Amino acid sequence: MTLPGPLTFLLQLPLSSAAGAADAFLERLPLVARDWVTSWLPEPWRWLVNSLLSIAIILSVFGLLFAYVTLAERKILGRIQNRPGPNRTPIPFTKLRFFGLAQPFADGVKSLTKEDVVPRGADHLLHFLAPVVLLAFSILTFAVIPYGRHLVPVELNAGVLYFFAAGAATELAVFMAGWASRNKYSLLAAMRALAQLISYELPLLLAWVPVVLVAGTLSTTEIVAAQAGWQFNVIPHWYVFTPWGAAGFAIFMIAALAESNRSPFDLPEAESELVAGHLTEYSGFKYALFFMAEYFGMIALSGMAITLFLGGWHAPSPYLEFIPSYVWFMGKLSALLLGFIWIRATFPRLRMDQLTRFAWKFLVPLALINLGNAAFWSLSFHWSGPFQILRWLISVLVVVGPFVLLGRKLSAGVAPRVYRYAV
Amino acid sequence: MTAALILIAVFTLATAAVALSLRNLIHSALLLIASWFGIAAFYLWAGAEFVAFAQVLVYVGAVSMVVLFAVLLTRRSRADTVIARDSVERAISAVITGIAVFGVLVAAILKTSFARLSPAGVPPLQSGTGVSPVISAPTATVRDIGMQLMSAHAAALLIIGILLTVALLGAVVLAAQDAPESKQESP
Repeated sequence: MTLPGPLTFLLQLPLSSAAGAADAFLERLPLVARDWVTSWLPEPWRWLVNSLLSIAIILSVFGLLFAYVTLAERKILGRIQNRPGPNRTPIPFTKLRFFGLAQPFADGVKSLTKEDVVPRGADHLLHFLAPVVLLAFSILTFAVIPYGRHLVPVELNAGVLYFFAAGAATELAVFMAGWASRNKYSLLAAMRALAQLISYELPLLLAWVPVVLVAGTLSTTEIVAAQAGWQFNVIPHWYVFTPWGAAGFAIFMIAALAESNRSPFDLPEAESELVAGHLTEYSGFKYALFFMAEYFGMIALSGMAITLFLGGWHAPSPYLEFIPSYVWFMGKLSALLLGFIWIRATFPRLRMDQLTRFAWKFLVPLALINLGNAAFWSLSFHWSGPFQILRWLISVLVVVGPFVLLGRKLSAGVAPRVYRYAV
Repeated sequence: MTAALILIAVFTLATAAVALSLRNLIHSALLLIASWFGIAAFYLWAGAEFVAFAQVLVYVGAVSMVVLFAVLLTRRSRADTVIARDSVERAISAVITGIAVFGVLVAAILKTSFARLSPAGVPPLQSGTGVSPVISAPTATVRDIGMQLMSAHAAALLIIGILLTVALLGAVVLAAQDAPESKQESP
C-alpha cells in the first residue's frame, strides 16, 4: 500500500516525549497540512501559495476569534450584570438556538445591509479611507507573532519594532476619521483620542524595552526562544516570573488597554457619556470595520504580551508539552482576552485628566525605573548562591519601592476614599 | 528588483509632488505621510530593516501627529485649511530653502565614499588567490547598529538626547504660560 508522501505521517503514532516535542505529529500538523495542499504545485510557485495560505489562515482564524470574542464579551458582561446576554439567534432555517452562537453572523449581516450614511459636507475619500487604513494596519501586526513552534508567518530581524511601527499608524486613522466627518464633535473627540493614544504609546514602548535588553534581540522568535526551560520542572523561565518582567507586564497590559480604547480607558467612544466620539458620523459596515480593528488591535497586543512576557508558545511545564504549542498560545490568548472583558465589566471609567496624569506621572516613571531594573538584572546574571537571593531582593525592592512611594505621593489627599453616602 | 525600486520611487515622488500642488493643507499633510511611507519602503528595499521600521514608527507615528496638530491649531476655521496662492516673496523664499536643502543633501551624497561598491574601486586581487573578491552591500543587523550607537557614537547619541530634552522642556515652558487657574480640582 502506498500513500502520498505527506500522508505517511498519519501512520506514525503521535509520540511525544520532551525531547521529541519539536517533531511530534500534532506539532507538525499545520506544516504537514500546508505541504499537502501545496505539493501539487510546481516548485517556483510554492512560496507564493504558502504565503497566501498563511494570510488566509490568519484572516479566517482571527476573524472567527473576533466574532466569538464579541459574543463572549456580551455574554460575560451580561452574566456579570445578572442578565443572560444575547441568546435568541437561531441557526438559520432551524429552531436550534445553541445559546445564541449564531449571533456574530447575524450582527455581520445586519451591519452589511445597514445604510451607509456619509455626511454631505464630509471629505468622502478620507471618510472612506479611515476605517480601511485602521483595519489594514491592525491586520499587519499579526505577521510577526509566533503562534507556535513552527508557526511564524514572517521572521524579521526587527520583528518587535515592526509590530509597534504598524501599530503606530492607527493614530493617523483616528485623525482621518475625526477630520473627514466634518463634525466638530467628531474632531474634538478625535483630538482627545489622539491625546490618549500618544500618552499611552510611551509606557507601551518603554514596557517592552527591558525584554529586548535582557533577551538581546528584537526578533520575536528569539525572544520566545530565550524564555525556554523550567526551574525544577514547574516554574517556567518566562519573563513575567522575574520582578522586572512582572512590572513590565503590568505596565504593558495597562497601556494596551488604553491603546485599544478598552474600558476603563474607553474615553474616545464612551457610549454612556459621548455619542460615539470620532465614530459619530460612521454607520453600517464602516462602523463595523472600526469595531473589528479595535478587537484585532486588542488580540494582537495580547499576542505580543504573550510573546514578550508569557513565554510565547512554551508550555508551563515539561509534563504538559504533549499539548501542541499553538494550543498553548491560543489558551494564553483566551485567558488574556477574558481578562480584558473582566476588567471592562468591573472597573469604572477614568476622567480625561486622570487618564493623562496616570500615564505621564505614574506609568512613564515606573517604566523608566523598570528599565534600570532590567539593566541591573542582566548585569548580575552570573550571581549565584546567596547572591541570587540578594539579586531578587534588590530587584523586587526597585519595583515595589517606587510603586508605593509614587502612588502615595500622587494620591495624597485623595485616597483612601471615604464613601459618605453609600454605606 | 529594479522594477520595485522604480515603483517605490514613482510612488514617493508622485505623492510628494501632489502634496506640494494641493491647496488643502490636511490633504497635503496626509500625502506627505504617504511619501514617508514610500521612503520607508525604499529602506526596506535596500535591506535596512531597522531604519525602515524606525522611519515608520517615528515619522508616520509621531512626526505626522506634530504636522497635523500644527495645521489644526494654527488655522482658525475649516475653510482656512484651504490656503490661497500667496505672494512672490513667499515663493522666492520657498525656492531658496529648497535649493539650500538640496545642496546640503547633494554635498552629503558626493562626500560619501562608495568606492567599495563601485567596480572602479574594487581592491586589486591578492596574488595567488584565484577567487575574485565578492563585493556586496554592507549588511548591518540590528545588533550591529545598537553596538555602534552605544560605543562609537554614544557621545553623539547622548548629545542629541539632551538637545531633544531641552527642546521639549522649552516647548513646555513656552506653552504653559497662561494665568494660574483657581485651585485645581483634586483627581
